[in-house]
Amino acid sequence: MSKRIEVNDLNVYYGKFKAVEDVTLTIEPRSVTAFIGPSGCGKSTFIRTLNRMHEVIPGAYVEGEVLVDGNNLYGPGVDPVLVRRQVGMVFQRPNPFPTMSIRDNVLAGVTLNNRRISKSDADDLVEKSLQGANLWNEVKDRLDRPGSGLSGGQQQRLCIARAIAVEPEVILMDEPCSALDPISTLAIEDLIEELKQDYTIVIVTHNMQQASRVSDKTAFFNIAGTGMPGKLIEYDDTSVIFSNPSVKATEDYVSGKFG
Amino acid sequence: MTAIQTAPANPLAHGRLHRRTPWMVLGLSFAVAAGVLSLLAAAGTIGSLNLIAVAVLGTVFYIVSIGVLSSQVEGRRQATDRIVTAVVTTAFVLAVIPLVSLVFTVVANGLARFDVQFFTFSMRNVVGEGGGAVHAITGTLLMTGTAAIISIPIGLLTAIYLVEYGRGPLARAITFFVDVMTGIPSIVAGLFAFALFALFFGPGVRMGFAGAVALSVLMIPVVVRSCEEMLRIVPNELREASFALGVPKWLTVLKVVLPTSIAGITTGIMLAIARVIGETAPLLIVAGFTASMNTNLFADRMQSLPVFVFTSYANQGVDFQADLDRAWAGALTLILIVMVLNLAARLIARFFAPKFGR
Repeated sequence: MSKRIEVNDLNVYYGKFKAVEDVTLTIEPRSVTAFIGPSGCGKSTFIRTLNRMHEVIPGAYVEGEVLVDGNNLYGPGVDPVLVRRQVGMVFQRPNPFPTMSIRDNVLAGVTLNNRRISKSDADDLVEKSLQGANLWNEVKDRLDRPGSGLSGGQQQRLCIARAIAVEPEVILMDEPCSALDPISTLAIEDLIEELKQDYTIVIVTHNMQQASRVSDKTAFFNIAGTGMPGKLIEYDDTSVIFSNPSVKATEDYVSGKFG
Repeated sequence: MTAIQTAPANPLAHGRLHRRTPWMVLGLSFAVAAGVLSLLAAAGTIGSLNLIAVAVLGTVFYIVSIGVLSSQVEGRRQATDRIVTAVVTTAFVLAVIPLVSLVFTVVANGLARFDVQFFTFSMRNVVGEGGGAVHAITGTLLMTGTAAIISIPIGLLTAIYLVEYGRGPLARAITFFVDVMTGIPSIVAGLFAFALFALFFGPGVRMGFAGAVALSVLMIPVVVRSCEEMLRIVPNELREASFALGVPKWLTVLKVVLPTSIAGITTGIMLAIARVIGETAPLLIVAGFTASMNTNLFADRMQSLPVFVFTSYANQGVDFQADLDRAWAGALTLILIVMVLNLAARLIARFFAPKFGR
């Protein structure tokens, strides 16, 4: 499990509007990479290109290449559905399926794909995934209750359990804690620390303390002005970004002079 | 220094009318209106005391007096609020009067023949009293059911195409033509079905299936519109969550979008059925009318409830009261069927609705 991601000269468009320009970076396997930067600089847009979720928006497309273990996600004949089974995603707002129970939510990746699974395998998968997401002890007695009845933090961990139940190689997290309180945030950060053993994790965050706590490497994105494309300004080890960045804008941002 | 100091007035407080004051003003307005009109009637200026005139004049008196009273005691904003409340309530009462009157009239007149015979006999060989509408009820259920079987798949799939797949000129054209279809007069739908079936079966064709086709022309746009609304309110986050799990688009639509919106879709479909079940004109043309039971959709005339009501009223026999009573009972049955459909839609919506709870 867990794979290396290489991004080469990636331009991301919404119709005619170029949202992100010229991104080149390499994400190591079994590491946590954080994307930071001011709002509207293209972090979320960029992370969505890593599992081809970007093109779900009408008129959106990508130029350049994203290689996962050398295979170009945007090569000819690549099936976005297969890409998304390899690269899972957790969204900003917890989005459990409202029609499903907690158990069915965890199994969603299996049942929605019409794959058959025996009851005992399903039970094992539910327990393993919920334990992986640090949620098992809280919900093991009410697996048949609706997932939407959980608290926000629990719902978000349920979404993480749902993402790891399909056993992806990479997990993308788009501001997973921005709708959560500090306690739930802490729970998710601990979880990221554990998940790092098995998965390649990419996380977008507005919280710089969070980036410095959980990530190994940090990428700083910035935007020159409204209507201009976002750019990757600096990409380095987290300790370097937060203590001794080489670009002035990065230093200003992480020290709170702007943004 | 004065000896007496009044407590400083709270700048946030102002006068309030007592909770019962508006009701007293209302009663007083109606009393004054009745008094004025009866004085005028006594003086011979108007003919006689008219209840409708009392209600209109009383309402006008109330709106004026509550406005003046409230602006004196409570200030301008509250006075506006009270006047608008009065106007809105008047509009509501005006809208409800015809509805209540209609239900009351139909029940009062329909109960005379709302008996077992009405639901067990057709009109075959019935002259004068007796007879029933079982052939019309059967025909209505058969034709509306067939129309639903035709319209629901077409309408639902069109809605899914428009919401999930449709982009560009084709989707815009479909939306436009669905809007146009919504406005088709029902008689035109009947003529269309009649012309269509006349091409295959020769002129003068009458059959239940043609009636069902005419009804589905009317029903499809309603189904498309309501399903489209319901599919659009499914949050995009759920679709994205499903895509992110590596679920293909068609399975996402089938297993995430549809189950999430199934309650609303069912309600919409039920309301669409209720909308076409009362159609008279197209069925009069393509299904004709008959006194006999006919359960074969593909041959011969088929009676339906709205047409039964119409023909009973239009072709009265010597014993005209028997025909009128049957017409009213038919109308009552139709209203009850529509009411049952609406209740069923509510129950289904509640049953399927996404459950929230801890």
